[in-house]
Amino acid sequence: MLNTVYQLKKPRQFEVSFQDIECDDQHLLVRPTYLSICNADQRYYQGTRAEAVLRQKLPMALIHEGVGRVIYDPTGTFEIGTDVVMIPNIPTETDEIIGENYLRSSKFRGSSTDGFLQEYILTVPDRVVPLPEHMNMSVAAFTEIVSVSYHTISRFLNIAHQRRERIGVWGDGNLGYITSLLLTKLCPQAQIYVFGVNEEKLADFTFADRTFLVTEDFGDIAIDHAFECVGGGGASKAINQIIDYIHPEGTIAIMGVSEEFAPLNTRMILEKGLRVFGSSRSGRKDFIGLLELYKKYPELPEYLENIVGSQIHVRDIADITQAFEADIHKLIGKTIMIWDK
Amino acid sequence: MEGSNVFGVVLAGGKGTRMGNVEKPKQFMEIGGKPIIIHTIEKFAVYPEFEKIIVLSPKQWILHTQDIIQKYIRHPENIVVIEGGATRNETIMNAVKYIEKNHRLDDDTIIVTHDSVRPFVTHRIIEENVKYAKEFGATDTVIPATDTIVTSTDHQCITEIPDRSLMYQGQTPQSFHAKKLRELYEGLTREEKEILTDACKILVLKGEKVHLVEGEVFNIKITYPYDIRVAKSILGGGQTC
Repeated sequence: MLNTVYQLKKPRQFEVSFQDIECDDQHLLVRPTYLSICNADQRYYQGTRAEAVLRQKLPMALIHEGVGRVIYDPTGTFEIGTDVVMIPNIPTETDEIIGENYLRSSKFRGSSTDGFLQEYILTVPDRVVPLPEHMNMSVAAFTEIVSVSYHTISRFLNIAHQRRERIGVWGDGNLGYITSLLLTKLCPQAQIYVFGVNEEKLADFTFADRTFLVTEDFGDIAIDHAFECVGGGGASKAINQIIDYIHPEGTIAIMGVSEEFAPLNTRMILEKGLRVFGSSRSGRKDFIGLLELYKKYPELPEYLENIVGSQIHVRDIADITQAFEADIHKLIGKTIMIWDK
Repeated sequence: MEGSNVFGVVLAGGKGTRMGNVEKPKQFMEIGGKPIIIHTIEKFAVYPEFEKIIVLSPKQWILHTQDIIQKYIRHPENIVVIEGGATRNETIMNAVKYIEKNHRLDDDTIIVTHDSVRPFVTHRIIEENVKYAKEFGATDTVIPATDTIVTSTDHQCITEIPDRSLMYQGQTPQSFHAKKLRELYEGLTREEKEILTDACKILVLKGEKVHLVEGEVFNIKITYPYDIRVAKSILGGGQTC
């Protein structure tokens, strides 16, 4: 069947292409409904990825955060009309140690294969998870990024030592908001301190125990563990500040993506005996775990409504471009494309 | 879907004979390794709301059409091939008759009629046809005209150049309340029937509203050999918009 795919041909230029897809009895078709733009998509759209990467990957359909509706399912797994979140990670093998999201052989939508900017998504049943009833679709659209926070916190809970009185989250953007919010539920005994650069944005972290501007003098504040949600050019500064303020033997989770290498104070990582780990992708069990968490704590998706930014109806390519441009100029929030294409 | 009372109607016109040196109808030409009509039927086959997809074919091509559907469509149970009529509108009337005989025909029965040679139709276009046909009674899929339209009554000199901003180019699907369409069609005089090139005109002639659905530039009708080349080009490479 001819499927319309909206690919980024080169930075800031989308094009329509058609692919003949075959929906056999192992696959189903999902019609995207709400899609969310991630910084990773922006790096392709704005052309800030390395030239060689752009040459290798484009043209490619962007977007790896999104929900859709099952419209055709010869596998008989879902009722037609079921609203589902789509998992962008596509494993091609299993490994008893390495998770599906870390296997180098896995494909990822909007990175190593076409993303969700398509008329239909052809998928196997285990790459979609039904959404809870009455879920706000704009919030559901960015389930993927929340699942990455969920995944990272789950790993953190497995490896970090048990003294978890104060946890610091560096970053006052979407990822910082999401991660610190989930920590209030997944690590309820800890005090959550958020460190950012923008007072106005920090004021929205109403669920956090304390917020700090990174430029201010923290006094004798010290934290047991930390999550870095800054990325980009600020990642190095943030991680080094964490290293300064974290207690010995603390665990640091790095979550912000940087195009450049980030110089770190490794001497102090060694002296303090710190544990540093990173995560930027999640797997099926994280999506399932997160949606269960939403059911258990309905206030979580309610809080997440606060970071729904522009919601743009997409009927033609100009609307996709408008959504990406609006996303560039936002202060905080997730830009949602209501897919009407 | 059983009982939705919404039907896909795929119109496969073309030559009524297979004898002699006759060119194969365009819907059977292949693009991307499949007959064009198969690409079109596939889009209808995955649309969840169709109770049945009725493919209308010239009598001499019915078996051929059935055979290729069996060959290419994995789940053809919901598709039936029947004989078309002498004209486009008679063909649509045959679909209405089929519905009346085999399903139910009432005031809510919707038909989404589509050219078999428009394989680039999208899910959104079909969806909006169904939605607006339910809401407004009938739809026509159109795109804004990009060329200036000129009318000429004597085919030699310009009679009029209408305001282009009011002009649209018709595509398909066109969708209707099937029962009402038939009633209006049967109420036309023979002369009126003869000037009909388009099913929506039945409603327009009778002063009924037809809601516009936004089409797509790429939802082209493959009529001439040139169109096949365009279609292959659309399939083979990206089209920048």
